[in-house]
Amino acid sequence: MNDDFPRPGAVSVPVLRLGDVLLVTLQGDLYDGMAARLQQDIAQAIVDSRVAGVVIDISGVEIVDSFLGRVLAEIAAHARLLAARTVVAGMRPAVALTLVELGLTLPGLRTALSTEAALELLGRADAARPGGPHRDAR
Amino acid sequence: MSAAAAGVEARLPIRSDLDLVRVRQHVRQASATLGFGLVEQTKLVTAASELARNTLVYGGGGEVEATMVGDGRRAGLRLTFSDRGPGIPDLERALSDGYTSGVGLGLGLGGARRLVHEFAIDSTPGVGTTVTVTSWTARAPRPRGGF
Repeated sequence: MNDDFPRPGAVSVPVLRLGDVLLVTLQGDLYDGMAARLQQDIAQAIVDSRVAGVVIDISGVEIVDSFLGRVLAEIAAHARLLAARTVVAGMRPAVALTLVELGLTLPGLRTALSTEAALELLGRADAARPGGPHRDAR
Repeated sequence: MSAAAAGVEARLPIRSDLDLVRVRQHVRQASATLGFGLVEQTKLVTAASELARNTLVYGGGGEVEATMVGDGRRAGLRLTFSDRGPGIPDLERALSDGYTSGVGLGLGLGGARRLVHEFAIDSTPGVGTTVTVTSWTARAPRPRGGF
């Protein structure tokens, strides 16, 4: 309809490394192909950067449908297999209400209200690691 | 009224995942124009995304038509998704959670139905599928009233 519609190449998902955590910020409206590519990028980045956690900030995401919900759950599953934990941060209240009505409660997905809270969640767990259960225990 | 209709009424193709983005953006803009609250907007856009994806993935592509409706007291947004795909042989089963004929969680149709106020589906094997959903800016007052 209008010419300023974002083209595939113009949209990108920033993936930053903060210590041993990968911070992924989703914004606006992801098209399906891009969400699938993001999964591969995150899995590769976990291994390349040897991070122990992934925080996915979705505070800028207006809707999560069953496709994007499944993408998020799969990212968490990939990360778990690669010895990293995932926290989805900043879900909007309207998105949470809609997901439950849709029937998608994502029980395996850990959430936090903000990126800061998510980092704290991962940081606290890491700080507790030496004395607590060993993440790398055989 | 006609100015609102200009931003609401549209016929959009559903041929690629980029078209899904366009459909979501249009439904967001149209529902905001009609005065839907944020939660209802989010539900409507999410339902549209599920249904448009069904049209694309299972129907082999198609289109959606957005129209403004009214019953004198409130405005509504009606979305009609149509494809000429293989159709759905068992509608009852297709509407139950967990049903899927392809990739996904099988929440598409049943989930979308819960997110809108009115839902109708017409599917003929070998001919195609049409799904029509309508949501209103405010739900009708309960019969027992309160004034």
